[in-house]
Amino acid sequence: MKILTGNDLGSGAVTWWTGEGWSIHVEDAADVGEHGEAILQAEEGARRVNAPYIIDAVATPEGPRPAHIKDRVRALGPTVRPDLTLKPADPAAGEWVI
Amino acid sequence: MYKYDNFDQAIVDARVEEFRDQVKRRLAGEMTEDQFKPLRLMNGLYLQLHAYMLRVAVPYGTLDSRQMHVLAHIARKYDRGYGHFTTRQNIQYNWIKLEECPDLLAELAAVEMHAIQTSGNCIRNISSDQYAGAAADEIADPRPWAELLRQWSTFHPEFSYLPRKFKIAVIASPEDRAAMRLHDIGIELVKQDGVLGGRVFVGGGMGRTPMIAPEINPFVRAEDLLSYVEACLRVYNRYGRRDNIYKARIKILVHEIGADEYRRQVAEEFAHVKTLGIDPPLAEFDRISAFFAPPAFDAADVEPDRSDPDFAVWLDQNVKPHKQTGYAIVNISLKPIGGIPGDASADQIDVMAELAKQYSFDELRVTHAQNIVLPYVAKRDLYAVWAALRQAELADANLDLISDIIACPGLDYCSLANARSIPVAQKIATRFADMDRQRDLGELKLKISGCINACGHHHAGHIGILGVDRKGVENYQLTFGGSGAEDVSIGKIIGPGFDEDGVVDAVEKATEVYKSLREGDERFIDTYRRVGLDPFKEAIYG
Repeated sequence: MKILTGNDLGSGAVTWWTGEGWSIHVEDAADVGEHGEAILQAEEGARRVNAPYIIDAVATPEGPRPAHIKDRVRALGPTVRPDLTLKPADPAAGEWVI
Repeated sequence: MYKYDNFDQAIVDARVEEFRDQVKRRLAGEMTEDQFKPLRLMNGLYLQLHAYMLRVAVPYGTLDSRQMHVLAHIARKYDRGYGHFTTRQNIQYNWIKLEECPDLLAELAAVEMHAIQTSGNCIRNISSDQYAGAAADEIADPRPWAELLRQWSTFHPEFSYLPRKFKIAVIASPEDRAAMRLHDIGIELVKQDGVLGGRVFVGGGMGRTPMIAPEINPFVRAEDLLSYVEACLRVYNRYGRRDNIYKARIKILVHEIGADEYRRQVAEEFAHVKTLGIDPPLAEFDRISAFFAPPAFDAADVEPDRSDPDFAVWLDQNVKPHKQTGYAIVNISLKPIGGIPGDASADQIDVMAELAKQYSFDELRVTHAQNIVLPYVAKRDLYAVWAALRQAELADANLDLISDIIACPGLDYCSLANARSIPVAQKIATRFADMDRQRDLGELKLKISGCINACGHHHAGHIGILGVDRKGVENYQLTFGGSGAEDVSIGKIIGPGFDEDGVVDAVEKATEVYKSLREGDERFIDTYRRVGLDPFKEAIYG
């Protein structure tokens, strides 16, 4: 599957296209099929996202998982600071990242 | 240390307001990211893996307690409670919001700090010896020269759009603690027949094409140094490869045309530059130098009580001789076992600031090895400093040992990285946690980069580790034999790479080979240079 990611313009937070808007949770990411380029141009133009790009992802029961390690690290947060990730209370949250 | 005059303050304040307006226009949609990106980079603001990252300049690594407290305050107010000290003697914050950045920069400007020229194809923060003004072996204080170069290079109109970024280091000791010859320009202050001048090296660097800077001039008189550096830059600015980013650094130019031809062109340009009168009048240099006058040393020469064994180890490892009787140089390790190299919490930054104020004439230094130095501590105060550091978990006695690892942020933070650096550093430090074992191995400089850009200085590691991406999987190459010191050398790849645990095992095997082959006081690198790679390769690859 193809999903879209970028950063929030003001805060810089990593975000994922949900089909309707942008979420900080990769689990919310929607498969954009062949429409990724058109969506990112419209969304970047409207400043709802900064520096967006299309990536490959794998569908899992827990939701989409980026295919490349770099985007998996982006999806959760630094692997060396679990307290700063999106799921600091869940020590197993990052097991799929590496 | 140097204090801003009205001109310094005015240009920094003006830049903050200019950037405030640019941010406002970007957020309002009046500028695209393509238009805005070069402007934010000129102010040290990157977009990294998780958020915006701000790199704050610490000129030649020197700052006072007031500035250090503000760095802690920024970590709390604008970031997530910590900062990362870098190999350029700067500090980076990893979680900055664009909308808050102008206010942050205004708070920095209030204490004579900024993030200008910490990115972009310009002259970056001038780096120097972290022991400047305190080292027992220095022939002059390099800081006035570093400050002069800082002022000269700040907003230099001719050098704001160079072919590529440009890094300058100034040292004044035979022992090179600043990796001087791995800079675009390295200057070593020397005396010839009692006259002060500089040996000038040009065209060093790490990155994908590591090179040791050749000596371009063995002695440039002090009063000509600025003109000479200007000439070096002018030749580069004219002929540097703007057509290919991978060949755009000055090291490629010097290598391609040869040191002799580059030297000839610089000499020709220098003769012209000398007619322009850019060297400062003596009175101006004296004004700058006066800021670096030695503090009012008054402590008696008392040897500290070594009865506490942990304190004694710290004294032996982290405390260095001072040029002033009764004083010592204290190195604060930011390399706790299992910690993140170079990271310090806001509370720890505050503790270091307070210690500087109370015990080090209000001065601190950031080192290129990602540690902090208190340059002027009276020997009578060493125990009190150590006790306070221990309370703040800052008393690791591992300076220059295998766990004193330089590591770039790697794939945990950096958008350029191919592999994570920090977990490898943590695993190696944990494997060698035993202090007796570390001290038995002696000086062993281990440096890790998460990509070929070499921010973790792996080329200059006695043992270097380079993280690469092998079909989406992290892989680590080992290099042996590098050095950033006066015995400068570039490490060589020893063979096929390893996974994360494999590279830790390989490092351990290398240390075992060293222990079995070392003679006398040989360090790891000395033994490696004497016996060559084969015995290490045999043990690691079988």
